[in-house]
Amino acid sequence: MELTIIRGGTLVDPATGTNGLYNVYISGERIASIRPFESDTIDPSPGLTIIEAKGRFVLPGLIDVHTHLREPGYEYKETIQSGAMAGAAGGFTTVLCMANTKPVNDCEAVTRQIIEKAGKAVVNVLPIGALSHGMKGERLTEMHELKSAGCVAISDDGMPVANAGLMRTALEYAGGVNLTVISHAETPELASNGVMNEGAVSTRMGLAGIPNAAEDAMAARDIQLAELTGARLHVAHVSTAGAVALIRSAKGRGAKNITAEATPHHLTLDHEAVGGYNTNAKMNPPLRSMKDVQALRAGIADGTIDCIATDHAPHSTIEKDVEFDKAANGVIGLETAFSLIYGLVLQGAFELDKAIAAMTINPAMAFGLAKGTLRVGSIADITIVNPSRTWTVSPATLKSKSKNTPFIGKELKAVVEKTIVNGKIVYDNPE
Amino acid sequence: MKVRQVMDAKSIDRAVARIAHEILERNKGAEGVIILGIPTRGYHLALRLQACIASIEGVSVPVGAVDATLYRDDLGIKKDQPSLKRMEIPIAVDGSVVVMVDDVLFTGRTIRAAIDALMDFGRPHSIQLAVLVDRGHRQLPIKADYVGKNLPTSLKEGVKVHLVEVDGVSEAVVEPCD
Amino acid sequence: MRLNRKDILGIEDLSVEELETILSTAESFKEVSTREIKKVPTLRGKTIINLFYEASTRTRTSFEIAAKRMSADAVNISVSTSSVVKGETLKDTAKNLEAMKPDCIVIRHSSSGAPHGIAGYVGCSVINAGDGNHEHPSQALLDMLTVREHKKSLAGLKLAIIGDVKHSRVARSNIYGFTKLGASVVVCGPATMLPPGIEALGCKATVNVEDALRDADVVMMLRIQLERSKGADFPNAREYSRLYGLDDVKLRKAKKDVLILHPGPMNRGVEISAEVADGPYSLILDQVTNGVAVRMALFYLLLGTSREDAPKAI
Repeated sequence: MELTIIRGGTLVDPATGTNGLYNVYISGERIASIRPFESDTIDPSPGLTIIEAKGRFVLPGLIDVHTHLREPGYEYKETIQSGAMAGAAGGFTTVLCMANTKPVNDCEAVTRQIIEKAGKAVVNVLPIGALSHGMKGERLTEMHELKSAGCVAISDDGMPVANAGLMRTALEYAGGVNLTVISHAETPELASNGVMNEGAVSTRMGLAGIPNAAEDAMAARDIQLAELTGARLHVAHVSTAGAVALIRSAKGRGAKNITAEATPHHLTLDHEAVGGYNTNAKMNPPLRSMKDVQALRAGIADGTIDCIATDHAPHSTIEKDVEFDKAANGVIGLETAFSLIYGLVLQGAFELDKAIAAMTINPAMAFGLAKGTLRVGSIADITIVNPSRTWTVSPATLKSKSKNTPFIGKELKAVVEKTIVNGKIVYDNPE
Repeated sequence: MKVRQVMDAKSIDRAVARIAHEILERNKGAEGVIILGIPTRGYHLALRLQACIASIEGVSVPVGAVDATLYRDDLGIKKDQPSLKRMEIPIAVDGSVVVMVDDVLFTGRTIRAAIDALMDFGRPHSIQLAVLVDRGHRQLPIKADYVGKNLPTSLKEGVKVHLVEVDGVSEAVVEPCD
Repeated sequence: MRLNRKDILGIEDLSVEELETILSTAESFKEVSTREIKKVPTLRGKTIINLFYEASTRTRTSFEIAAKRMSADAVNISVSTSSVVKGETLKDTAKNLEAMKPDCIVIRHSSSGAPHGIAGYVGCSVINAGDGNHEHPSQALLDMLTVREHKKSLAGLKLAIIGDVKHSRVARSNIYGFTKLGASVVVCGPATMLPPGIEALGCKATVNVEDALRDADVVMMLRIQLERSKGADFPNAREYSRLYGLDDVKLRKAKKDVLILHPGPMNRGVEISAEVADGPYSLILDQVTNGVAVRMALFYLLLGTSREDAPKAI
């Protein structure tokens, strides 16, 4: 049996409380052994590969529960294959992809098509099924069939579920088939024709605003419905201090069925980033005020926000190189996520262990995935990061087919050096 | 090379007085004469000529200003845009004798522009040109009818006229160009 | 004297010095329009494209007349006749126009920030003739010029802007312009028409029209877009007019020598009564006259000099 040893790296695995120097042994596609670096002596043997990881973080493969891989239907923006490559380059070994493809992933046939393509992708790609047919917010999808075909969650992400009755039914029904429902918490009548955060910046720029209340009101409704039904609710891309407070108070009441995520861009940028009508800073929910950004960081720090998810939303220049109010919402995020989050750790926004947990074990738990931790016998999905290297975000080197990120030209800390999926190196970026 | 005075206040006064006489002599009096100065200092010289003519003939000829800025041929070349000055044509110029006044006559381009500007206001019978200093180096076929002082200069030199109304002192100087 | 910039996109990024330069240049240009021959050769050979994505008679005509009085060639492109209806993007349109080597593109667009996009795409000068709810710099400049003619200086004046401030690019540009030149500005309208954080632009905001008008030196009435009453911004024109429409009675709160401005076109009887619109302090037609002078000044200051990248003449 082939044996690979990741030697002398700093193993950070919040699920097991590990944070120290270890040698990680990989045999085939599984982890064979994890031994303290100090006391371990490696016997050279034929077929042994050693990956030197001194000074590197060795992490359970990162999990992104919120991406848009655009296939089928929008292959000019991204494909499952290119999106998976971008994920690998960002250290993600598992990504969940949203249902707003063309056709919408609202039936078994589309799910099977995605699963088939996912089989050829370099990382694990797990589809999320639509909550309603065509994401029209009218009729529930066949969730049982979607699950059997391979969907791991249910969401109309991109479109809020305006009808409270439908959301209640969806939660009840999804709970019955043990699927988490992901809420895109936005009140359409309040968001109206808004294209950025409502506040002094939108007023200055003459752009229609989306008030925080648009998110807060819908988050409150969905939390109430989750408490009513007991079903698992995951609040996507939380952007407001109000929504953080609502989730915190629900968790304080003991609601164990509610989880939430925040994106690296909402954690790092505020609405000033839209200045100059930068369409690469346009997304939904919009970048909010610094007060909201601080609240999100505090939410990660105290565990109110369980997950960090990218909401990777590729768009081509056709959608982005246009007037601001006509530009599509969304930014890519897979390749910059870890570096941005590590930058926040260095700034003291939250502890490294909290950040890693939010990108590994917490998303695994929220969606019932047997992933997110490194134990003997578990599948070897591993990410190796060099925290002392820096890199500059450049369209030329991004693996995603789309380049719509507000971080172009930014120099970031921490470079993903190796991404290992099922024991195989799928991304290698040595120093 | 340093700044060298070529006319003092007295000699400027004498030159202006002589030009006033010449204007009256040539036009057989002040009838139908309008004096238009090119701002800034040409306009003040025009006012001085008006005063001289008044003391000689006892009549006040109309005085105005003609700003050539918008008619210049070097606007697309200059880094710094000249700021717009006064355009003040006191009475209709049609059929009148316009005496255009400037402080220094050099390439002739400003006068060309000023003539064009004036033509947009009407059709004078004739246009005559009075300058305090003619320093040569014409680039256009333009000649002054009344000259205070002919001053041969090098292209490495600049000629400046200062008038007490604007600069607090009246003199003409030659100075090295930067 | 020159404006050391390629584009005029908004009053927000103009310095006090630049504003003064534009206004004093515009004052000089007023004279040209009083002549028998209303034309100077200054911008002979320059090409100016008026690219209007929104209907506009006054502004487009004013820019066109300004260009022609400077001897520039003005070409008007309006949305209905352009290839926009064929689905061409703003960027492609801009690039195609640039390929015809214009010296300046004047753009009016319903999207805030569209002129900023164009300015980034093309090398020639870009003048914002109104973008969405963002800015309308030439309108604010003509308003400032008009008030300056009557009050000598804007410093210390109180300007009240009344109406739909939320959807007004004229209001935003004037808030910047008047405050930069030392005036104090208060905006007033129903709460639905006062956008959040408007005070951050440097003005005060109130829903009380008497507070806004009290001791005002200048009152600027904004056009009410009656189609908005179908939404929820205000119940109907009658209630709006009763509360915020400017009439002789309300105007008594202002100073005796108050000046009245309106960017046009007016809804007589809605935001402004006929008596006030036609009254002695109404400068509405002066504004239109000054619009041409301001736009001539902008063309002169942007196009009248060589730029750093231009080939040097000998």
